[in-house]
Amino acid sequence: MTKTSFSIGGVQFPNRVLVASGTFGYGDECSSLVDVNKLGAIITKSLSMNPREGNPPTRIVETPSGMLNSIGLANIGVERFITEKLPFLETIQCPVIVNIAASTVDEYCAVLDVLEEHSRFDGYEINVSCPNVKEGGLSFGTDRVMTAEITRRLRPRTKRPLIMKLTPNVAFISEFARAVEAEGADAISAVNTLIGMAVDVQKRKPVLSTVTGGLSGPAIKPVALAKVYEASRAVKIPVIGIGGIRTATDAIEFLMVGATAVQVGTMNFVDPSAGVTIAEGIQAFCEEHGIPDTGDLVGSLDARVDSSVLTSWL
Amino acid sequence: MVQEQSQVISVSEVARNTYVLRFHSPRIARSVLAGQFVNIAVADDCDPLLRRPFSIYRAHGDTCEIIFNVVGKGTLALQKKSSRDVVNVLGPLGTPYSLESEGFMTAVLVGGGLGVAPLPLSTLILRNKGKELVTILGARSSEYLVEQHLENVHVSTDDGTKGMKGTAVDLLASLLPTQRWKSPKIFACGPTGMLRALGKFAVDRNIPCEVSLEGPMACGFGICQGCPVELVDGRSRYALMCKDGPVFDIRRISL
Repeated sequence: MTKTSFSIGGVQFPNRVLVASGTFGYGDECSSLVDVNKLGAIITKSLSMNPREGNPPTRIVETPSGMLNSIGLANIGVERFITEKLPFLETIQCPVIVNIAASTVDEYCAVLDVLEEHSRFDGYEINVSCPNVKEGGLSFGTDRVMTAEITRRLRPRTKRPLIMKLTPNVAFISEFARAVEAEGADAISAVNTLIGMAVDVQKRKPVLSTVTGGLSGPAIKPVALAKVYEASRAVKIPVIGIGGIRTATDAIEFLMVGATAVQVGTMNFVDPSAGVTIAEGIQAFCEEHGIPDTGDLVGSLDARVDSSVLTSWL
Repeated sequence: MVQEQSQVISVSEVARNTYVLRFHSPRIARSVLAGQFVNIAVADDCDPLLRRPFSIYRAHGDTCEIIFNVVGKGTLALQKKSSRDVVNVLGPLGTPYSLESEGFMTAVLVGGGLGVAPLPLSTLILRNKGKELVTILGARSSEYLVEQHLENVHVSTDDGTKGMKGTAVDLLASLLPTQRWKSPKIFACGPTGMLRALGKFAVDRNIPCEVSLEGPMACGFGICQGCPVELVDGRSRYALMCKDGPVFDIRRISL
């Protein structure tokens, strides 16, 4: 039996497949379709201090093998999250990581302080990389000093794992990875969505109300893999790989390039049980190859040149 | 809400560029309410990636039907399905029409174009409730009209090839003074422009009106937050089309 569990910052996760923020609601919405206890963890929709209405329509559009979104961090706010969603989360066993978004550094701190009063939460993922809001979001995530500052301010406020979610919309993600590691982050999530755009030629208008949005789905997997490869080689803390994971093979690619775990995002919209299927697929791969621990896949990439051809794309 | 691997039974053309796909889905067929929809994965790979939402057109026994126009990649893929294929169906989704309400005696069903989609299932339920039924359809021309499985049908076409020349709302406006509908309520589905005109018509005459909206969505049950509908007032600025809708009281929303 392959060992599937691992830990970050003292928290044990049953397997390496987590569901990404914004793609699984607050955990309760999908519970009739999937056994959430078979997930590595649930990462909640981003929470801000006060509820956010989000952006006007149109918020989503499908693009080749992917989708653009401009949701604008619509969420119920941390207080309603505690009263309305915590009771369900108390009934499940899988780890719960709360994702926090904010437009000021003080707001990040305030949301985290509210959550610290509740023992159910296993850690925090800090969204400094949303491309669809005017304040905070990318203006933080593309500024290395600001990203470091947010980490520095949050670190002393909690003993729980602090995971910084980074944007791919920078030249060198490794610089951001090093910056948050130096400030005491326990892990890095990479990557958030890529800035993208779609045009309606009949109307000569952008499809999304905010003109640009965040690209996700299988279309971004090669970019995400390269960013995870770069980030994981730059730091000692774990990197959680995200970007277009649809199958167990996709997830294994992320583990091999250096991700300690992965998150399934957009595919949850198509199949809310995708995360569980992928977790089972990774385990099956390990058993098939006599690998005793899914952790043995992490960073196992053999980067030596091999001129033989991968035929699966032909 | 269930997710079912559903055997396709048939795809048949019922009007110009208009197809009915029938599939085996016992759990959805037995629980679906009029105005609810299903979200269908049309491909096994990621092209197209997202599911496509469709109103349930009819449900009987263990089977459901949807009706669609081929307008893009997803609907083209569905049109090419045959009885050899299986599709993954998520449903039933959304808030249905409140057909069970005691607040009306005559149901005026209004369908513009493919907005006929939720009307046959509504007809079945209303008939069982013993309500009076009037159906008003509008289409571009006669070849696009789908009149099956409805009752007391009046039609209009944009080009006058069948019924009254004009829109479904024009037809409703011409019928209203001549009919003695007891305590009417409108249940409508169609393009946004039509619903806007219909909404104004209904509100001006103080006739209650529920409309079913159509728009882009990803998940279909509220997790992606991708389908906001602007509310007129209330505590929130937006509702979600997939979960709070697709059926809304016309007075609640801004189209």
